[in-house]
Amino acid sequence: MCSLEKRGRLFILKLTGDGEHRLNPTLLDSLRSTINQIRSDQSSSQSVLITTSDGKFFSNGYDLALAETNPSLSVLMDSKLRSLVADLISLPMPTIAAVTGHASAAGCILAMSHDYVLMRRDRGFLYMSELDIELKVPAWFMALIRVKIGSPAARRDVMLTAAKVTADVGVKMGIVDSAYGSAAETVEAAVKLGEEIIQRGGDGHVYGMMRETLLREVLVHTIGEDESGSSVVRNTGSKL
Amino acid sequence: MCTLEKRGDLFHLTLTGDDEHRFHPDTIASVLSLLEQAKSQSTKGSVLITTGHGKFFSNGFDLAWAQSAGHGAIERMHQMVKSFKPVLAALLDLPMPTIAALNGHAAASGLMFALSHDYVFMRKDRGVLYMSEVDIGLPVPDYFSALVVAKVGSGIARRELLLSGKKLKGEDAVALGIVDSAAHDSAEGVVEATVSLGESLAAKKWNGEVYASIRRSLYPELCRMLELTANNLATHNH
Repeated sequence: MCSLEKRGRLFILKLTGDGEHRLNPTLLDSLRSTINQIRSDQSSSQSVLITTSDGKFFSNGYDLALAETNPSLSVLMDSKLRSLVADLISLPMPTIAAVTGHASAAGCILAMSHDYVLMRRDRGFLYMSELDIELKVPAWFMALIRVKIGSPAARRDVMLTAAKVTADVGVKMGIVDSAYGSAAETVEAAVKLGEEIIQRGGDGHVYGMMRETLLREVLVHTIGEDESGSSVVRNTGSKL
Repeated sequence: MCTLEKRGDLFHLTLTGDDEHRFHPDTIASVLSLLEQAKSQSTKGSVLITTGHGKFFSNGFDLAWAQSAGHGAIERMHQMVKSFKPVLAALLDLPMPTIAALNGHAAASGLMFALSHDYVFMRKDRGVLYMSEVDIGLPVPDYFSALVVAKVGSGIARRELLLSGKKLKGEDAVALGIVDSAAHDSAEGVVEATVSLGESLAAKKWNGEVYASIRRSLYPELCRMLELTANNLATHNH
């Protein structure tokens, strides 16, 4: 399901095995408990998290086949991913996604929930597939998209053309930070970046709080459940 | 005044005649009715392309009509501003991709009409974008600003559009991220390019309701101002 490695002060979380790493309840629970483990590590306020995967996929999204057998599992998976993303947003350390394979829909959201997105350019794409497969896009996904993708045209391309965004295109769109020749190079670069960040120093707790402020709009959606699934942004009454 | 034609998957909305295609209560009602028609006839793979004839895409509200009422001018302006909102709402809610093919100048509400489309193509050789309000001393309605904020990302670009009174040529508009393309000389060239884009989008055979729902969720603040919330969306049968 997933493994955790500690390399110096770096935490390397890996979605293991050669499958699609579909975000089913079991994997989501496993990821959440691993993140909790990381959070409760003594050195966590001076660490960095790198998330990566084995095989052809970073994650191909929710387990839709499972959801078809039992519709209540859709709600459960969404709720678990929301909690996981909320945990990532409050994590007291910088986070790096080393995207070494396809990241679709919920899988793309998982990648984009990290502070840095490093990606291989030789294979794989980011793909918000919902338009192509007639799937509803949760309001909180859209909140993350709006916060993480600055250009209105890029947002439109990602969401309204269901673009399959390769690394170099992702860099141009401002979604991906940097692109590399292979999976190994991507992970290596993530490790190097992680080490540079650690060298810079700084208090992870402050970092986590600042990130929460930056991604406040996403947290509003992830913490409060919106059962209707509507895309109306809740007005919290405060203006930053 | 304006026509709607269906050619294959593509709906062509055209502002006809060689005039400035100013928005006046009658044109507003016409455009709204044609958009409703397109919506009611939409199927998977439908796409809308909007263009105009002559030198202007649209030069904004019919200020002469407002002024001809003397003391009633302000009331007429308010009426036009209010009745124009549903036009932008209809575009934001349309269950199909929308493309504006600017044959010429787009100013004020005419520019807002253009920007309410998913894709905006301009001519390279002619035509400008112009938010004239700052020059003529007219306040900009709140939903106009919300549209600019929703569609134009950079602070500098928003300033150039709303505050500078500049007439932006195609090249500038592309550089500022306001329009998608200004690569073609001639109105025919732009229309051809938009038809090409339209056909590639149509080939995806997307579900229009899903498309419109995702589009609305890209612009929550704008939709709120246009009163397009989940609650009062008309449901539609295909």
